[in-house]
Amino acid sequence: MSEIQQTTRDVNPDILLVETPFQRFMADFLEDRVAVVSLGVLIGIIFIALFAPLISPMDPYDLAKVTILNGKLPPGSQSMDGVTYWLGTDGAGRGLLSSIFYGLRISLGVGVASAVVALCIGASIGLVAAYYGGRTDTIIMRIVDIQLSFPAILVALVLLAVLGKGIDKIIIALVIVQWAYYARTVRASALVERNKEYVEAATCLALGDRRILFRHLLPNCMPPLIVVGTVQTAHAISLEATLSFLGVGLPITEPSLGLLIANGFEYMLSEKYWISFFPGVALLITIVSINLVGDQLRDILNPRLQK
Amino acid sequence: MLEIKDISKRFVKRLDVAAKIANRLGASAKEEVVHAVDGVSIAINKGEVVGLVGESGCGKSTLGRMVAGILEPTSGEIHYKGNAVAAKTGKDAAEAALQIQMIFQDPFASLNPRMRVEDIIGEAPVLHGIVAASEKVSYVEQVMLRVGLDPEYRRRYPHQFSGGQRQRIGIARALAVKPDFLVCDEAIAALDVSIQAQVINLFMDLRRDLDLTYLFISHDLSVVEHISDRVVIMYLGRIVEVSPTDELFEKTNHPYTTALLNEVPRVEMRGLDYQPISGEIPSPLDPPTGCHFHPRCLHAMDRCAAERPELREISPGRLAACHLNDDK
Ligand SMILES: Nc1ncnc2c1ncn2[C@@H]1O[C@H](COP(=O)(O)OP(=O)(O)O)[C@@H](O)[C@H]1O
Ligand code: SF4
Ligand SMILES: [Mg+2]
Repeated sequence: MSEIQQTTRDVNPDILLVETPFQRFMADFLEDRVAVVSLGVLIGIIFIALFAPLISPMDPYDLAKVTILNGKLPPGSQSMDGVTYWLGTDGAGRGLLSSIFYGLRISLGVGVASAVVALCIGASIGLVAAYYGGRTDTIIMRIVDIQLSFPAILVALVLLAVLGKGIDKIIIALVIVQWAYYARTVRASALVERNKEYVEAATCLALGDRRILFRHLLPNCMPPLIVVGTVQTAHAISLEATLSFLGVGLPITEPSLGLLIANGFEYMLSEKYWISFFPGVALLITIVSINLVGDQLRDILNPRLQK
Repeated sequence: MLEIKDISKRFVKRLDVAAKIANRLGASAKEEVVHAVDGVSIAINKGEVVGLVGESGCGKSTLGRMVAGILEPTSGEIHYKGNAVAAKTGKDAAEAALQIQMIFQDPFASLNPRMRVEDIIGEAPVLHGIVAASEKVSYVEQVMLRVGLDPEYRRRYPHQFSGGQRQRIGIARALAVKPDFLVCDEAIAALDVSIQAQVINLFMDLRRDLDLTYLFISHDLSVVEHISDRVVIMYLGRIVEVSPTDELFEKTNHPYTTALLNEVPRVEMRGLDYQPISGEIPSPLDPPTGCHFHPRCLHAMDRCAAERPELREISPGRLAACHLNDDK
């Protein structure tokens, strides 16, 4: 017993710092002002998207409340029944602020859903490629290369032309054009991790391939995956907006920001700029804030930049 | 107990598509083949500590990994307690092979940085039904005590430990599946000198208490000297000499062993001729013909470049692969 006590005392000043990797990460993140501001904005946007029905001044899709008589009111004007429309109204008399809140919900929902699905599929495929190597890897990476050599928007256009409109259809299309980014990212880090001794130890302990892949390799490939995940979420949102603007994305019953911009576009030249402009600004803020958060994540998670 | 029969491991670096096309057009890129382990046979008895020594790159780790079932031999067989050891890819083949575990060199890379110590140690025994999930914590605490770690640290992550403590975690992880054979691959090489002795003592305590057998890999003959019963010397993928430890340090046989021993600064050797091994280690991609050691050997003869010397018994319990032994 006394021998044990003696031998446990290999010096280690660190030992007092009982912090998890996550706590360390948060401390790094909060040090950066841009990161904090963009994260704040992003959290605000997510909050709006989640609670749009509760915080919107009106329900823009309640036909009983929307009247064409209030159509195309400029920002800040009051309707006949005494409601102030801070961002104006669109051609059908819907308050733009409320439309944007609801639109954010759809845009963000589509972006996050497609990113999550693409991440799960892409990460699994990339892990398998890296872990098994050889022919499996060659075939998978060829497919990834081919996939990435086509412009995403073009592939998505063709897919939607075949699949038709709808939230599920556009999510499928976005997953198909985006899984390859995740596969490539995960493969690159898994190739490094795979050769580390803890993976050999896991093999030696006969933990089984699936457990080694998803419990041991995957958690260690997460940092770059999270970064790519945020950037690709922003990309998915702008792709969806583009597709909806072009009229092949979402149906008119599910107006995302892209569709709102498209709806107002015809009025742009008749000085009723706000119908397109404000949804555009909302889209821009969303995408920029996600990208800024993604950049900060990359800086913090990149071991080469770590102090 | 462990019998290795003529195993070899070749690593082939396949040509990529570009090189294949270039070859079609007349280039002559070849597949690169590394003979990491080349026809090695040894038997290890129960309770024995066998030291495996050789310069870096000679295939020690590759041999150790094949013994531990991490790598599949290209040819040859490994029998453990009479059963063939298969690479632990399939889960069923595995359970029996848990008996051979490996301790790794790098105390940082060998522990999953995202897992808590209790999971690192407790995952495999629970998965293989050695302990019930409900008893995992007490089992882990017991194993941690056994290797000299404070069980209170079981919820910490590897980065919160020192090198020596991490190595103990790696040992605990291996012990948790109740192995009876440990392959220690340079297990103390990365540690502070002050801690090396502690870890070696731990290995020796465990050997006594748990009746373990060791294959102890090191590039440093002096590490192996104090703990092994027998020493196996490797050079470029082949065994050149096998000898009981005390006999080896009394009198070497193979010129390579002699040169290795001279590299170890030894008190009793001070003042004697110091002859470091001349020349570079040849590339394992393109090893010398005949005896791999001949370009660096002080006693090389014509025959050495032409003919590979067989590993032969030179006295009871001693083997060596050198043509000089034929003339005696
Ligand atoms: N996975 C691998 N792929 C290709 N070559 C390898 C691989 N592992 C080891 N080698 C080569 O095999 C030889 C022996 O390596 P190793 O067994 O690690 O030697 P040691 O442990 O004695 O330093 C080296 O030349 C090394 O480059
Ligand atoms: S076989 Fe020849 S070259 Fe090889 S060690 Fe013996 S004497 Fe030297
Ligand atoms: Mg090695």
